[in-house]
Amino acid sequence: MFGFSRAQSIAFVVMVVLIVVSPFVLYPVFLMRVLTAALFATAFNLMIGYVGLLSFGQAAFFGMGSYVTAWTMKMWHVDASIAIIFGGLTGAVLGLVLGYLAIRRSGIYFAMITLALAQMVYFFCLEAPFTGGEDGIQQVPRGHLFGFINLNNDMTMYWVTAAVFLGGFLLVHRIIHSPFGQVLKGIRENEPRATSLGYRTDDYKLIAFVLSCTIAGVAGGTKALVFGIATLTDVHYSTSGEVVLTTLLGGLGTVFGPAMGALVVTSMENYLAQFGAWVTVTQGAIFMICVLAFRRGIIGELGSFLRISL
Amino acid sequence: MIMIFGIPGPLLFGQLLLGLINGAFYAMLSLGLAVIFGMLNIINFAHGALFMMGAFASWMLLNYVGIGYFPALILAPLLVGIFGIILEKTVISRLYKLDHLYGLLLTFGLSLVIEGLFRNAYGSSGMPYRIPNILQGATNLGFMYMPNYRGWVVLAALVVCLSTWAIIEKTPLGATLRAATENAPLVQAFGVDVPRLITLTYGGGVALAAFAGVLAAPIYSVNPNMGTNFINTVFAVVVIGGMGSIMGSILTGFGLGVVEGLTKVFYPQASATVVFVVMVIVLLVRPRGLFGKAA
Repeated sequence: MFGFSRAQSIAFVVMVVLIVVSPFVLYPVFLMRVLTAALFATAFNLMIGYVGLLSFGQAAFFGMGSYVTAWTMKMWHVDASIAIIFGGLTGAVLGLVLGYLAIRRSGIYFAMITLALAQMVYFFCLEAPFTGGEDGIQQVPRGHLFGFINLNNDMTMYWVTAAVFLGGFLLVHRIIHSPFGQVLKGIRENEPRATSLGYRTDDYKLIAFVLSCTIAGVAGGTKALVFGIATLTDVHYSTSGEVVLTTLLGGLGTVFGPAMGALVVTSMENYLAQFGAWVTVTQGAIFMICVLAFRRGIIGELGSFLRISL
Repeated sequence: MIMIFGIPGPLLFGQLLLGLINGAFYAMLSLGLAVIFGMLNIINFAHGALFMMGAFASWMLLNYVGIGYFPALILAPLLVGIFGIILEKTVISRLYKLDHLYGLLLTFGLSLVIEGLFRNAYGSSGMPYRIPNILQGATNLGFMYMPNYRGWVVLAALVVCLSTWAIIEKTPLGATLRAATENAPLVQAFGVDVPRLITLTYGGGVALAAFAGVLAAPIYSVNPNMGTNFINTVFAVVVIGGMGSIMGSILTGFGLGVVEGLTKVFYPQASATVVFVVMVIVLLVRPRGLFGKAA
């Protein structure tokens, strides 16, 4: 029903089994970080992999989603589901406004404009009182989901995070395999031709952008709930760079690439964290290696080795 | 005291001068980006990191070799320019047949590596660089006191920007360069070594960034993040000006610096974002940029 091929169905089952088994082996909070990063990258892949839009400002939507979820949780004590929905809506509205501006240019200008707009959002967050400036919004309660599921238990929170990730993952997959998704791919391959066939390509690009930003907002909101904190790091441009790296390393335009990339990048950060700026150096080096020699990414290379599309 | 629009004259002129200085850096950096983009068709994301390397090169020359400010003004851009040429030869040139976005991703990775290495070696707190003796002090201009070094920065930047413009627009070398930008295969057919031209262009653009870095060293502390702080704004400057014209880049750079300076006087809260607001307005009214060619 989601348009999976046979190989992809098997890969999907493997992924679900891994998600179910891993919290009994690994630290759930670490895994939740992987899952939110994976959701963020999957949403980003919808744009870069299927429409060919390279946005360098996705941190704006992730970070604002995280701030708004944290704020509604802390100030209004709403249900966790409502707070996450608010996070997604924030991503959607911001995505609509910034996307409307950025879509006016394509290619590298699009990348520069999204970077600059996200920088503006960053400065806004630095100054605006509700974000708590340098301190961020701290001690955000996890609260309850649907009124009766207490999220303070890490395992419960893990299952919710996993459900949010799988929901987002399937949604993106469904979008790509819908008639709408086919038009997106057509635009990626040859935009003037798509225009000549009567498609309003700008509208399609904007809708894809907004969808991606909405999911980025949900990912940010979920992350804020998991860690109980929303900070400037989430809106900083290094977060935008990180999601690009994650998707590139996993494989642009592959179904499972972003999740794989998230696993590798997050683990790397976890283990290299004690070495300070070496994280940045390693990330930069991976970027360069990927671009020079490894453009299909981990999943892309694996797929071409096995001659299947993953 | 002279009052202008209810603002004390010296304050207004002081901020205008600060704006001009920021504008000088915007102009030099966006100029280099535009020249590189014209020839290589890539956006050099590492431009900020190379600007920072210029500042560090002058600091190292002073502290390790004992070479002062003025020789460093020539030597540092030369050294960093050579580094740029090596980069172009070894890595960047492998990407010309690919989508432009890969160039952006590669140079972004490059900037992470460079900045990370400098942060490991020197920390992020920054190191002072003394203003050379001859440029110490301030001059009374009648309406305000101008610190000599700041005046020098604006002057030097103007000279460098205008000479770059003159080289590109008025010399035979510049004519070849412009022709190669328009149609590289045709120029190559005339016997011009286009790949070498591309390498030199990248080296030149990088040297320009490093020169700006040396000028910036005494004003801002020499630290690994100084490039990143600038470059995000410079990208907005490039979007506003469009990369079609050399003079356009220079005018947009200085102009936006002044706009930023004036915002600091009249509405300080917005001074960090005013360039981005201008970018939004330009995108709405004239998406191709003030000096950009139609797509």
